[in-house]
Amino acid sequence: MKVVNYLIMIVFCALMIYASLGLPNRGDAYADLNKEKSLSQTPNAASYYIHNAKKDAKTENMVTVILADYRGYDTLGEETVIFTAGLVCFLLLRKEKKKNGKKKR
Amino acid sequence: MERKKDNPIVSLVSRTVSPFIMLFALYVIFHGHYSPGGGFQGGTMLAAAFILIRLSLGMEISQLQFKSRWATPLGSAGVLIYFGTGLVALLFGGNFLDYGFIPIAEAVAERRSIGILCIEIGVAIAVMAIIVSIYDDLLEGSSDD
Amino acid sequence: MIDFFLGHYGYWFAILLMCLGLYGAIMKKNLIKKLIGITIFQTSIIIFFVASSSKWGATVPIFDEKIGVANTAKYINPLPHTLMLTAIVVGVATMGVAFALVISIFQKYKTLDESVLLKRMKKDNDS
Repeated sequence: MKVVNYLIMIVFCALMIYASLGLPNRGDAYADLNKEKSLSQTPNAASYYIHNAKKDAKTENMVTVILADYRGYDTLGEETVIFTAGLVCFLLLRKEKKKNGKKKR
Repeated sequence: MERKKDNPIVSLVSRTVSPFIMLFALYVIFHGHYSPGGGFQGGTMLAAAFILIRLSLGMEISQLQFKSRWATPLGSAGVLIYFGTGLVALLFGGNFLDYGFIPIAEAVAERRSIGILCIEIGVAIAVMAIIVSIYDDLLEGSSDD
Repeated sequence: MIDFFLGHYGYWFAILLMCLGLYGAIMKKNLIKKLIGITIFQTSIIIFFVASSSKWGATVPIFDEKIGVANTAKYINPLPHTLMLTAIVVGVATMGVAFALVISIFQKYKTLDESVLLKRMKKDNDS
């Protein structure tokens, strides 16, 4: 069993390094990720945000504009996930306490 | 978790430092438009200020500052602020979460800026309340056997 | 060749960290150590994303009057930063859920060791 686990890890590491060989150089400002147009000739998301963030929302920080305005649905989902996580914590640990019935807050 | 005994240095330093952490957290939230920052970071720092008091002074005293039973309603209030901002935009004829339709300022860009501030505040309240609530719940769950 | 190496070693460190996290998650028997492994795994992914957003000679993605927005090569890519910003906080919240589960497991079975836990669960099911 232990040998299989080590094998899984080595294969995973090798696969990841093989995949990383195809990535563009780190810090390359003209890689596909940072181009003006994407491969399908539509405006690239990151370049679009950099060009229009200040104009659209009168806010200097582009990360804030993307987080709250362009990708508002995304952030709404994330916040719901956080809220659900807190609720799950609450319910999991509260149930144990009620069963014992020792003390309340 | 029980405190072994009172350590004056720990309690004094944490009581002194905690308000400044809160002040800096508010700065991070409200200055998120112009510098690195925003609701998530500021909310986490607010939660850190509350948790510092909880760690150093114990659960009973820190209840005076932030009661554990407030955490879940505050978290849902944060999520509701977010939803409500989107809903107000919907009521004024735009899409959901399209702040350009909320009539609070003249220019559309200005409206978007204020809308972003509203939901950052909602995110900060929700994150703060939920992290404090998770801390409280873990403490109660682990101390109860 | 040296260019290729300099452009990719940052990714390789993130991959190394990822394998370290996987080692913790699948090899360790203690549930808390497994959780630490999962957290390291998640952190490596965050590091990978942030590393992939960098550009040489660029500044932070905050609008600057002197630079303007005409040339996107002057600002680093803001999209991965945004995604990872939310991922960090969500990671903390989900880690809280994981710890809550571990605490309830410990309260029920009084152990965190995986093999002992499986044995006790089997005994519980049989009886």
